[in-house]
Amino acid sequence: MRRFKWLGSSAVTAVLGVVLGTLGANEATAQSKQLTLCWAAWDPANALVELGKDFTKQSGIEMKYEFVPWTSYADRFLNELNSHGKLCDLIIGDSQWIGGAAENKWYVKLNDFFDKEKISMDDFVPATVVGYSQWPKNSPNYWALPAMADAVGWTYRKDWFSRPEIQSAFKVKYGRDLAPPKTYDELKQIAEFFQGREIDGKKVYGAYIFTERGSEGITMGVTNALYNYGFSYDNPKKPYQMQGVVNSSDAAKGLEFYKELYKCCTAPGMTNAYMQEGLDAFKSGQVAMQMNWFAFFPGLYKDPNVGGDKIGFFVNPAGPNGRFTQLGGQGISVVATSDRRNDALAYIKWFAQPAVQQKWWQLGGYSALKAVVDAPDFPKSAAFAPQFLESMGIVKDFWAEPSYAQLLLDMQKRVHDYVVADKGTAQQALDLLVKDWTKVFKEQGKQVASQ
Amino acid sequence: MDQMTTILQPDHVTIAGMSEPAKSRAARRVRGLSDRAIAWLFVAPTIALLLAINIFPLVWMIRLSFTSLNLSMSYLPLRFVGLDNFTDILTDEDVWFRLQTTAQFVIWSVALQVVIGYGLALLINRQFRGHSFWTTIILLPMMLSPAVVGNFWTLLLQPQIGPFNSLISLFTGVPPSSFSMTGQVSLAPWTIVLVDTWMWAPYVMLICLAGLRSIPDYIYEAAEVDRASPWRQFWSITLPMTVPFLMLAVLFRAIENFKMFDMVNLLTSGGPGSTTELVSITLKRAAFEKWRTGYSSALAIILFVTVFGAANIYVKVLNKVKQR
Repeated sequence: MRRFKWLGSSAVTAVLGVVLGTLGANEATAQSKQLTLCWAAWDPANALVELGKDFTKQSGIEMKYEFVPWTSYADRFLNELNSHGKLCDLIIGDSQWIGGAAENKWYVKLNDFFDKEKISMDDFVPATVVGYSQWPKNSPNYWALPAMADAVGWTYRKDWFSRPEIQSAFKVKYGRDLAPPKTYDELKQIAEFFQGREIDGKKVYGAYIFTERGSEGITMGVTNALYNYGFSYDNPKKPYQMQGVVNSSDAAKGLEFYKELYKCCTAPGMTNAYMQEGLDAFKSGQVAMQMNWFAFFPGLYKDPNVGGDKIGFFVNPAGPNGRFTQLGGQGISVVATSDRRNDALAYIKWFAQPAVQQKWWQLGGYSALKAVVDAPDFPKSAAFAPQFLESMGIVKDFWAEPSYAQLLLDMQKRVHDYVVADKGTAQQALDLLVKDWTKVFKEQGKQVASQ
Repeated sequence: MDQMTTILQPDHVTIAGMSEPAKSRAARRVRGLSDRAIAWLFVAPTIALLLAINIFPLVWMIRLSFTSLNLSMSYLPLRFVGLDNFTDILTDEDVWFRLQTTAQFVIWSVALQVVIGYGLALLINRQFRGHSFWTTIILLPMMLSPAVVGNFWTLLLQPQIGPFNSLISLFTGVPPSSFSMTGQVSLAPWTIVLVDTWMWAPYVMLICLAGLRSIPDYIYEAAEVDRASPWRQFWSITLPMTVPFLMLAVLFRAIENFKMFDMVNLLTSGGPGSTTELVSITLKRAAFEKWRTGYSSALAIILFVTVFGAANIYVKVLNKVKQR
């Protein structure tokens, strides 16, 4: 009898276990309707969280976010992709990752999906399609949907520029009106004019530019000058032929200019400064002009101390050989190892809708959809919208090769050595860069022509 | 025989009528495990863990060091490149510069730590009012995490708002924002030495203090009877008897500083340019930023052999000093 009792209670336990297990499984299924989106921790990410609530409302899929600071963003997520991790279902990856992500099959190729859902890349700003989606470049192979258009732009203290005493002092010194610069020479003059000047009892400095050594900072800054002085990554007619292009005398002049600007007109201690240091310098009223990404401009415009009427924006000034600016921004991709591929694709389908893109722009993100940015009222929709539009028409991007990280770190080293550490000449720095890059491409199995 | 049995019985026969060794053998048969097996059973998890997270990765790393593996281009076929990675490293001027930078950092920081740490130990070894309080204060820096130290020194050294520059300005009259401790080529290497010394001199002090306290009082009493001056006592008793402790401190600090990464990375990121790029930063960049796995494995092996070899030679010297 006792044995029977034992058997009976065991059976009840087993049945309970099965029931509870099933309930647990159901709960797990409900919880699995969740997507994890990986991106950098910055202002637009907050806007995306806000926007994502609409997706959850419509689809019932919860959104979870993994935002990592920019300084460790590439390390963290490239490590994740390299190790075929399952942390991210969707990733907003940097434009330079696209080559490696496509070749290593980290991202899902989206061509069939775009065809099926009638998402046309012709509806997006061309520079963003080439920069964020295509690999190989300029071929109809899409690995991402343009998500966050961005470029380097400039902010300036409009209130300082408009003060009569400053205006007249500038006119006396340079014989022209003080206005946002259109060329790099003008920018340097203005920066020199403000450097060390006392405004409202406080010493201010001319300009803030990128000098960061560890990740990508100084490269993303210096290229804005290099492009406009005549630097190219390779010969357009002979891919990967860099000798005489990367290290042309014009490119060396561009590098010299950046160093002069750094030496003459930046605040002390800006030897390793990137986005956040620039924002701090501008918000604390330390600098007259600031180089930074457009992504931060909505936040700066709202700033109670330096925003509103006090802030103005201008496009990266022209150099002797053209006017370009550094492309930033990212596309959104589905991670190939994700177990929730269909849900992730559903997110991309939702995100590509014009109404969602419109709201994305209104919340502080930067849409790359033509329907949004080409709308007649777009230039009036934000104080920095006209400059953003103009910038997106003149962008150039860094290498997006699978070996981009090596190429980037080599440039970081050579440029920082010259600009900040006073090592060698500009020409020597670029010659060494050609040597470094040639080695990387040869390791990658590319044919590198010397001339 | 009966008598013998009677004598032996109380010691070797239990109440159940079985001798102790027989019972033990029976118990072992029941459990099926020998003492040796039980010992192995206890040690096995540790050995397995050691093999899994230490030995296997080491062997794997040695294997990878002979390949062209680059994780950012894992679609490329893996090629066996023989000693190419090692040759690349040993013929690379930049790597030699980084090794020189590291050696200079190790020599200067360890030398300063030994001098300051020993001096502090001599002071703390005397009995004075507030002795325990000051000992705790001196030991505080070494209890902090290097990440915390890196971050707060970055703020202290900030040219415009940092108190360090203002302090220097107070004594020298040089405007505080006219120099940057972490951003100038001439100052940055000394800055990392300064911060490392601030953090680790107390550690050297602790080791030296243990040495000083191990010297018996009667030796000093005998020296005083012989009218030896304090200076003479220091050179003839204190220093010779604490040398093994000093050498141990040098060994620990040198190995640690050779591997130094976190604090320097936070303070200068290896900059300005590559001025303070220690070899550990080069290794991290090659392995986890450039993803050159084969190359960085080879570099890691070279560094391991260097540290291991130098430490072994040093330990032999240390043993000889101890024997004297």
